Amino acid sequence: MTYLWVFLIGGVICAIGQLLIITTKITSSRILVLFELVGLLLAAIGIYEPISAFAKAGINVPIVGFGASLATGAINAVKSSGFLGIFTGGLMATAGGIAAAVGFAFLFGLIFSSHTKK
Amino acid sequence: MRTIYLKNKPRIIGAYSIVGPKEGRGPFGKYFDYVMDHDKFGEKTFEKAERKMIEHAISHSIKKAGLKKEDIDLMLSGDLLNQIISSSYAARSFNFPYLGLFGACSTMAETMAVGSLLVDGCYLNNVVCSTSSHFSTAERQFRFPLELGNQRVPTSQWTATACGSCVISKSGNGPCVTAITFGRVIDFGVNDVNNMGAAMAPSAMDTLISHFEDTKRKPTDYDLIATGDLGKLGSEILIDLLEDKGLKLGPNYTDFGHVYFSRGEDTMCGASGCGVSASVFNSFVMRKLLNKEYKRVLFVPTGALMSTTASQQGESIPGVSHAIVVESGDEK
Amino acid sequence: MNDKERNKIYNQYVEAKIPRTRPFPSLLNSFLVGGIICLLGQGINDLLLVIFPTMSEQSAWALTLVVLIFLASFLTGIGVYDKIGKFAGGGSIVPITGFSNSIASPAIEYKNEGIIFGMCVKMFSIAGPVIVCGVAGSMLVGLIYFIIGVL
Repeated sequence: MTYLWVFLIGGVICAIGQLLIITTKITSSRILVLFELVGLLLAAIGIYEPISAFAKAGINVPIVGFGASLATGAINAVKSSGFLGIFTGGLMATAGGIAAAVGFAFLFGLIFSSHTKK
Repeated sequence: MRTIYLKNKPRIIGAYSIVGPKEGRGPFGKYFDYVMDHDKFGEKTFEKAERKMIEHAISHSIKKAGLKKEDIDLMLSGDLLNQIISSSYAARSFNFPYLGLFGACSTMAETMAVGSLLVDGCYLNNVVCSTSSHFSTAERQFRFPLELGNQRVPTSQWTATACGSCVISKSGNGPCVTAITFGRVIDFGVNDVNNMGAAMAPSAMDTLISHFEDTKRKPTDYDLIATGDLGKLGSEILIDLLEDKGLKLGPNYTDFGHVYFSRGEDTMCGASGCGVSASVFNSFVMRKLLNKEYKRVLFVPTGALMSTTASQQGESIPGVSHAIVVESGDEK
Repeated sequence: MNDKERNKIYNQYVEAKIPRTRPFPSLLNSFLVGGIICLLGQGINDLLLVIFPTMSEQSAWALTLVVLIFLASFLTGIGVYDKIGKFAGGGSIVPITGFSNSIASPAIEYKNEGIIFGMCVKMFSIAGPVIVCGVAGSMLVGLIYFIIGVL
């Protein structure tokens, strides 16, 4: 049952992204930032937690979840480390994702080359 | 009065075209001289491949003209890359002087026009004119990395991997260039980089109106009126714009970009890139002129004079379009 | 008519003429692919918790994202992700795999210009805004919570 909700919610979030792409002249960079900031906002006002508890991967896998981690990380870091947490919180929470993206991109960048588009 | 008439009728004595595999599958496929197996053309990078295409086209067009490289007085070439490196580095492998020109996708007409004037004025005997475009080099420079998972919008066009070259000469046999109408830069405020056709159509309109006013001719006086890469939408817009001004384009009007690729190749509004007009003119059109199926052709490719920097700074996209009249010759 | 008016009329005319992507099947494709990628994420997460029962939920999610990012990077490298993207549009851009593809694709593309000046410099050409806005946003959130905490 969980899996059904994950599929539906994840699908709908992506379909909203697609709707924006076909009705506006938005580029993929802007879509990524927009959805990330939505996640950031939801987490900042505290409603991301309950949504995520229900939707799980349906909202965690989209970049919305990445934005939420940034906000949650900053909030928790401020609670535990005070002022310094403003600077360290966001990146520390998302370090895994960023490091993975950079690291694997570097590795595969060395190994692979671009393919001609047919 | 912008149209220049060439009294000494410089001749196009050799023409050659080379295209990529996708381009070779299109309706003009059987007219192209060479279809590559792979768009890297045996080179390590796409940029080197584009350069090699120009070198190949120029060498072969000189051969087809029945000349040797030593007979060539000047090379005129351009392409879409920054600093037109494909042309400049290709020129490096030849011993003749080189002038690089940039007119974006109008470059083929630009090189042929300048070459024709130099030959007509009896300053030079043999000039080789070429231009090229390459899908992958253009994508890298103007748009996105090839492996990015994004979708193309319906107004977009596919930059063709293609190159065309011709030799214009004072003597010899071949179709002749009889008139040139140079274009002004026209900007109707289009700033959508995915809709080049709409951006360039006004400049084609402006040049065509000047041309017909100057020459007092009608569109029906030509066997073919061809724009380069306005694409499906752009060519429809051009027809509308001209009709507003009282000029009607009939079935003898074609946009090469619109018909360049086969259906099902998923190229939205069609092909773009200077190689489109260059490869089709130097294959299909030249053949029709040589066997007198076409007696008089008006070749009017258009170019979008933008860069990513200008676009990001909020500039709209200006266009330019040059017209040249090529006739099959032996006409009084 | 001055140029500004002429341009306005022209652009209105062009807008009306532009062919639009039909919403169907484009939206359906995004929905399906996006849903499947999220399902995959959930599956990996649950599998990790089965294999490593002592792992915390947080760590399991972090590792799940790493696996998804790895897969997207790999598929980008072998030239498959762009084909998925052509079909799915938003369905492949919105999940974290889209972020990974947007970093891997320029890395692969600009390797020709050298590792430092090509690959490393251009790696963030598409995803840069995600990092910048994300960091700036998180700092703003942190600041607001800090101020609330102090008051």
